[in-house]
Amino acid sequence: MYSKFVDTSFCIEKPIILLNITKYILLTNKRVLPMANTLLKMSSLSRKVFMALAGTFLLVFLLVHLGINLFLLRNDGGEWFNLAAGFMSTNYLVKVFEIFLLAAFLIHILIGIILKLQNWRSRPKGYAVTGKTPTSFFSRYMIWTGLTILTALIIHFIDFYFVKMGLIEVPAGAADKHDFYAMAVMKFSDMTYVIVYYVWLLVLGLHLYHAFQSVFQTFGFNHNKYTPGLKRCAAVYAVVVTLGFMVIPTYFQFFFQS
Amino acid sequence: MKFTLKIWRQNDAKSKGKFVTYKIDNISSDSSFLEMLDQLNQRLINNDDSISVPGCPVHYDHDCREGICGMCGLYINGRPHGPDKGVTTCQLHMRKFKDGATIVIEPWRAKAFPLIRDLVVDRTALDTIIQAGGYISVKTGSAMEANSTPVPKHLAEKAMDAAACIGCGACVAACPNGSAMLFVGAKVAHMAYLPQGKPEAMRRVQSMVKVMDDCGFGNCSNAYACEYECPKEISVTHIAKMNRDFLQANLMSEKEIA
Repeated sequence: MYSKFVDTSFCIEKPIILLNITKYILLTNKRVLPMANTLLKMSSLSRKVFMALAGTFLLVFLLVHLGINLFLLRNDGGEWFNLAAGFMSTNYLVKVFEIFLLAAFLIHILIGIILKLQNWRSRPKGYAVTGKTPTSFFSRYMIWTGLTILTALIIHFIDFYFVKMGLIEVPAGAADKHDFYAMAVMKFSDMTYVIVYYVWLLVLGLHLYHAFQSVFQTFGFNHNKYTPGLKRCAAVYAVVVTLGFMVIPTYFQFFFQS
Repeated sequence: MKFTLKIWRQNDAKSKGKFVTYKIDNISSDSSFLEMLDQLNQRLINNDDSISVPGCPVHYDHDCREGICGMCGLYINGRPHGPDKGVTTCQLHMRKFKDGATIVIEPWRAKAFPLIRDLVVDRTALDTIIQAGGYISVKTGSAMEANSTPVPKHLAEKAMDAAACIGCGACVAACPNGSAMLFVGAKVAHMAYLPQGKPEAMRRVQSMVKVMDDCGFGNCSNAYACEYECPKEISVTHIAKMNRDFLQANLMSEKEIA
């Protein structure tokens, strides 16, 4: 269905790339507005449940993504990594999950924005003295860490997902649009990209730490026996995902010999 | 003791308010915060020489002055009910402040709590939520024989913990999102734990949450400022109880409550 946007002869020029992406966004946009409207009409608690459901799906997805990315560490010229990436982009079951994944991202982002706008509206006049109540630092900045992750996600889409879709021309150096190994190696050899990538991951870690424990509270699971343990699990999860993804560019910067 | 008070003065909801600075001395360290304000007001009424800014007395809510009515509520130095933990404004003593300190006093700030005058806000929204279902709709008559309705000890304790809520609105004032989740959570939970409240539990949580949304309170973002500032130290586990009751109610109920 996306093939109508593909016109590789023109894709060399940057404006065309932007046009293609805009078309892609507009295409999804037809579904975004009715979805936002439905979410807006929902009860605040139901919305939180959907937020948490979408979030949980994303939490699991990140682990899968990390698992595949770790194949990059095998010094086999990307054989295993491309095999795994190929499986993820061709398997029909995964393709079904891809729709769920995009929907989860969309729902999660939309609800996040709706929540924040409503929360700002609920206190039109603020206090003169603020920040004296010790609250979860992570909770307060969820929208900002979230938006940072969204920016990163857009760049990530431009770098990889849109290339696979054929919306963006395959970068020179990669064999074809499925040669993610070559694309990843190129990105991770660039010091600037790696530093930005580290910052994104730290922000993602902060987001995930609050996200993991919030899921349980939203589903109504807060128990004096398990909640302290779950908070530790949240910390472990956030650290594992952040460090796990960080290992890969570190390897390509300092230890990789092609 | 001597204090510099920066008090929010506003004639009515429509007029523009501002901070007025009063200097007050000769305050006993054993007087409560409200007694200190009483003395300020008496000096304002007497047009006392020690008052630098003459004017009409400061309006603030108070009633029982023993920490159980939930009427008083001032946002003192950036915290609802001031720096002491687990007490209402009326039970906060001046010895908790340093001699010569500057104290900033603001009203509760939330869209659902429109300002009436100075430090008095209209907390009718909380009563509206109670009217939506925070009761048991059968005539109970006089007290029954206690053992005719068996209540397990641990549930009685939980219900009592939730029922400690005095509805002062400190949770809303403390919440970075102006959300009333702790209040509604407590009011839903203290009945849902008990056999008398069980039959209507599902309908109650649905209609109370709906009215809460309609009143213009913000959404919960699990910051837990409410739990920290609650003068009755009500736990956010009651919010979790409401979340799971609401989820269950929405999944199981046959028809939505209008």
